[in-house]
Formats: sequence, structure tokens, C-alpha cells
Amino acid sequence: MFLIYCPYCEELREEPEFHAKGQAHIARPQDPEACSDEEWGDYLFFRDNPRGIHHELWVHAIGCRKFFNITRNTVSYEILETYKMGEQPTITAESLSRDDKTADGVQVADGGQQTVGASDSAVNFVRGAKV
Amino acid sequence: MSNPSSVNLFDSRADLAKAESPLAFSKSRGDLPAVSRDSRVVVRERPFLGHLILRGGAIVLDEAVREELGINLPGRPQGLTLDASGERSIQWLSPDEWLLVVPGGEEFNLERRLRQQLADASFAIVNVSGGQTLLELEGDAVRELLLKSVVYDVHPVHFPVGKGVTTVFAKTSAIVRRPNERCWQLVVRRSFADYCLRWLLDAGEEYAIGVELGDESRGAMP
Ligand SMILES: [Zn+2]
Repeated sequence: MFLIYCPYCEELREEPEFHAKGQAHIARPQDPEACSDEEWGDYLFFRDNPRGIHHELWVHAIGCRKFFNITRNTVSYEILETYKMGEQPTITAESLSRDDKTADGVQVADGGQQTVGASDSAVNFVRGAKV
Repeated sequence: MSNPSSVNLFDSRADLAKAESPLAFSKSRGDLPAVSRDSRVVVRERPFLGHLILRGGAIVLDEAVREELGINLPGRPQGLTLDASGERSIQWLSPDEWLLVVPGGEEFNLERRLRQQLADASFAIVNVSGGQTLLELEGDAVRELLLKSVVYDVHPVHFPVGKGVTTVFAKTSAIVRRPNERCWQLVVRRSFADYCLRWLLDAGEEYAIGVELGDESRGAMP
């Protein structure tokens, strides 16, 4: 079976108890009235679709019913860490490429396969690339 | 604000009114297997218990529950504690949520006393007695039956007495708990109670499962 560690239940639980809820760490613009249509549209509709490290929101739907975050490799489907709401990931695309391309025995994809994580620099990089 | 004076409380149990167990329909059909000498699993409903959901901070709730019931609020995940009689229990459901189960009829006064204890702390108490029911499973094949019914690991090493979890049961969810060595308990939603019982009977057929019928209704007919 496929087990996921719930940071609130503090144990590994079966995957059928969970639901995926999309990309994590999406900050609502501080002042929506002052947003451009593009900024608001980005916030509302546009999501990262990286090949590699992705930070996701999940909910332990049939369990403690709390939302939490998962850092997942979208190539291998491997879950690298889970952490509570309001916390920051310790593993990001940058941290993995910094640490000699391995962390916890995970090989990071090379040459253009590795894309973005949730860190500010990565988000800025994507925003810049879109314009 | 949870100022006790501003909360309207009413006794939803209303002993004079008729109430039906969520399993009244299944019981009234008269086709439930009886307990026999071969039964390796016995199912028993414990209808009309008082179920309260407590929400709030662990520290204030623990103080109030210890004061009123003399039992500790389980602070660790999956914890389940019972009082000396085994009739009253409190179970961890999530970091800010606990399920309190007491003998039927006690829940209204207990809720009022807890509200007085908690005064203006930030908390919520909801009486969910009518929304769920408790099934007890007893017998040497209960674990085998659960292996077919829940995704959670029910090996005694992983699931000792004093543990309780919310997990996937058949195609719905249930709270599974072990209050003592003798039995396992399921807390099921009212609307899924018939389904859960039917599932247990089907899965338990090979263990000659039997049902001990409890009351299907309570209170006077109008
Ligand atoms: Zn959980």
C-alpha cells in the first residue's frame, strides 16, 4: 500500500484517506483592489506544472481532516517530506541542486528537466518568464 | 464569544419523545443472523449514547474534562481514555477536536457543566448524539473481519488498547477504537449505519457472525 505521513496524526496513513488539493504556498495578493487583471488572473487561475519538485496542498480527508503540505517529485511520484500549514519546506528544487543533486537518496533530474519549486526566487523566475 | 450565559442550550434528548436507533430499519426487517455457538464475531449496537464533540485548546479542555469526569484528555494523536467504569470515554480526533461518549441521558447536563467550567475560553461543544451510533464487535475473528473492512493496520502491535482512529471503512468512513481487550468499537454515521451493518454481516458470514439486538427505539409513543 501507499503510505503518507500526516504531520498532525504523526503517523503513516493509507493513501485512500487523503485528497490532493493542488499547488501549495499560493499567497493571496495583499490588496486585491490594487491588482492588475494579470496579477489577479495569475493568482486565481495559473498554476505551476513542474517536472520535478512540487509543493502541494493535501488534506487528510478521512482522518484528522486537516490540510497540510507535501513536497513531491512529479517524475518519480516520491514524497520527499510533509509539513504542517504555515511551515516552509526544507526541501526545494534549489536545495536539492545545491546539495550535490541528492538529498535523502533522491536524484534530481538533470539538464532542463528540473523546474521550479515554491521558493520566492523560483516564483519570480516563472513570473519573469511568462511576461 | 462563548460566554455561557449567551449560549442557548436545550435538551435535545427529550426523554418523553420517541427516538429510533439508526439501525431501526435493519432490526425491524427481522432477518439479522442470531448469535450461535459457532459465532466467532458478535455485533452489538450501543444505541442512544451521548456523543459530544469538543473543540478548542487541549489545555483548557483537559482541565474542564478532568474536573467533570475525572479522566485526562488524550493529548497525543489517536489517544482514547476511559473512566474507571469504562462507560465514559474521550478520544482524540484531530489536534483541536475530541469525541466524548457518555451513557445516554448524561450528555445534556455534562455539556452545561463543561460550558460553566470553560466559561469564556475559546471552545465549541456540539451534541452529535443523534448523528452517529456505536457498534461493538466481539469475538476471536474480529480482527480478521476488520482486515477485510478498513485500510488501517489493525495488528495489535500497531493498534493497542487505548487507540482510536478515523479511517476508511468499506466505501465510507468510521471511527475504529479499542477501549479494552474484549472488544472493538465502530462509531458510524447515522445515514451509513445500515450500510455498515450490512457490510459487517456480509464480511462476517464466514465467521458465523451474529447480531445481539438492542433496543431499536426509546421513549413513549405519542
Ligand atoms: Zn491526519
